[in-house]
Amino acid sequence: MSDYNFAYLDEQTKRMIRRSILKGLAVPGYQVPFASREMPMPYGWGTGGVQVSAATLTPDDTLKVIDQGADDTTNAVSIRKFFEKTAGVDTTEETAEASVIQTRHRIPEAELTEDQILVYQVPIPEPLRFLEPRETETRKMHALEEYGLMHVKLYEDISQHGAIATAYAYPVKVEGRYVMDPSPIPKFDNPKMEMAAIQLFGAGREQRIYALPPYTQVVSLDFEDYPFEASKADHPCDLCGAEDSYLDEVILDDAGSRMFVCSDTDYCRSRCEAGHSGRLGEEAA
Amino acid sequence: MYVAVKGGERAIENAHAWLAEERRGDTGVAELSLVQIREQLSLAVNRVMAEGSLYDPDLAALAIKQARGDLIEAIFLVRAYRTTLPRFGSSRPVETREMACDRRISATFKDAPGGQVLGPTFDYTHRLLDFKLAAEGDVPEVPAADPRMQTTPHITSFLQGEDIIEREPFSDDVPGDLTREPMVFPASRAVRLQSLTRGDEGFILGMAYSTQRGYARNHAFVGELRIGTVPVEMEIPELGFCIEIGEVELTECETVNQFKGSKTVPPQFTRGYGLVFGQSERKSIAMALVDRALRWEELGEDNLGAPAQDEEFVLSHSDNIQATGFLEHIKLPHYVDFQSELELVRKLRREAAELAETLASREAAE
Repeated sequence: MSDYNFAYLDEQTKRMIRRSILKGLAVPGYQVPFASREMPMPYGWGTGGVQVSAATLTPDDTLKVIDQGADDTTNAVSIRKFFEKTAGVDTTEETAEASVIQTRHRIPEAELTEDQILVYQVPIPEPLRFLEPRETETRKMHALEEYGLMHVKLYEDISQHGAIATAYAYPVKVEGRYVMDPSPIPKFDNPKMEMAAIQLFGAGREQRIYALPPYTQVVSLDFEDYPFEASKADHPCDLCGAEDSYLDEVILDDAGSRMFVCSDTDYCRSRCEAGHSGRLGEEAA
Repeated sequence: MYVAVKGGERAIENAHAWLAEERRGDTGVAELSLVQIREQLSLAVNRVMAEGSLYDPDLAALAIKQARGDLIEAIFLVRAYRTTLPRFGSSRPVETREMACDRRISATFKDAPGGQVLGPTFDYTHRLLDFKLAAEGDVPEVPAADPRMQTTPHITSFLQGEDIIEREPFSDDVPGDLTREPMVFPASRAVRLQSLTRGDEGFILGMAYSTQRGYARNHAFVGELRIGTVPVEMEIPELGFCIEIGEVELTECETVNQFKGSKTVPPQFTRGYGLVFGQSERKSIAMALVDRALRWEELGEDNLGAPAQDEEFVLSHSDNIQATGFLEHIKLPHYVDFQSELELVRKLRREAAELAETLASREAAE
């Protein structure tokens, strides 16, 4: 068991996954069942994304892996190492350099291009799951485009809280047809999903793959009088001063003072290198 | 300063080194060998093989050692390894009638051809800690008997003569394979049984127990429980005939359940079936009970809304590798999502406070 096939999975398995990806691209937003394999990392750690990446990578690719927007979070490090070891591909932390980007919970801030593929790790692919626990029912609901339940849920949010109380994994409608779970990205990232790159979604434990071809219409569900709002912390980044990036809140001391920093570490670093600076920029460097 | 998420790579390496040290424990104590685990912790090995869906006692022993005795972790190691194995083909169905039984009991007949064979069971041991075992491991002389050479017919085959028990339908269809095709509901009984046999022992046990306590109660008699080895045969295309490629130890349980009959079927006994790798008695009995509970629709029984009758519920939650993965993944970083929730809750609280203030000032004005 010393030598694994390129990118770990055998060619037959990769072929099976590629067929599911192609089907997903042909029917944007539709969840394609696939025979997910047991991977050497636990379910919940991104086995779906890893299988999709494995089936997508070629030896010439350059891979970037992020978790929470960062390249150096433990699980991103672990997955990057896995592909360095099993596929021997080049890896990078620079968004623009990567041809395949595997992500958990974020879309990079830098705009992606037609030459890139963004692979999402998905825990629960079914946007209707928390309204209806049965797969047999939710598949019917998708087939019949029966999305009333979702709108009722959003309406109930508004009547109870005065706003749609979903902050991440905010449901979207794809090309006016399928309601899709964008994976647990913050709703701040939702508008970015209409992009030039191919977006692939892999849910290993739930055995589903879905996809968005480039420039697919992706609309966050809302009401005319309560329009969707992509929100973030109302601060600039304390390191690079960016006003347009999604921020992590970091607790600094016992007195509860806080700082806000870009969750996208590559974006923040490149801005700092370009000479931008925020409130604590100097101190942190 | 801001170092919270940095250094992931070094942290991982150090964690792995520490884990290896902890696994070994006190180096002044002799290291466990795989043979020791295989021979002396064989029921743990059996469970890892059964739920790992891979019959290889040596690999299972290695997995147990590597997992520091955490059996679910060991099962996970075996499952991940199994993914990488090529498939040469499939064996012929094993014939449990041909089993060389180490144990064979029936709760429905006092005696039957083949006899009652207790075998190596805990059943009638008194659960008293044996302090002698702490000091020495000498085994007493065990009396031996000649092995029975004839086949041991299944107890249910005696009931079949009178048609008093349902007949299992024969089929030459290739059964589905849940490791090669995604699970779809409703699942065939073959796929259900695959799912149950590799399902978590604790979960299957809990489900089975719930049926005994009245959640879709269907009283089960253990028609037969047998443990032993069966030959595995494979047809080699180049040869054009079957050859025996090895043998596996199996536990098989057939329950005999009441059935009042329906509009089309007169009253007769029905069956539940359990088949598990190794000596896995508890699991195979539990499996048979759950199998029977899941058959309510096919037998025209009422859906009582019990968890054990709910195929989608049982099959979606029985796999401990899926369950533990998803459960434990919530310890991974979620700060992006938590941040978005923080902002939402702050916003909603701000708005609620503003509303309360407006109402208060309006009241004061009146």
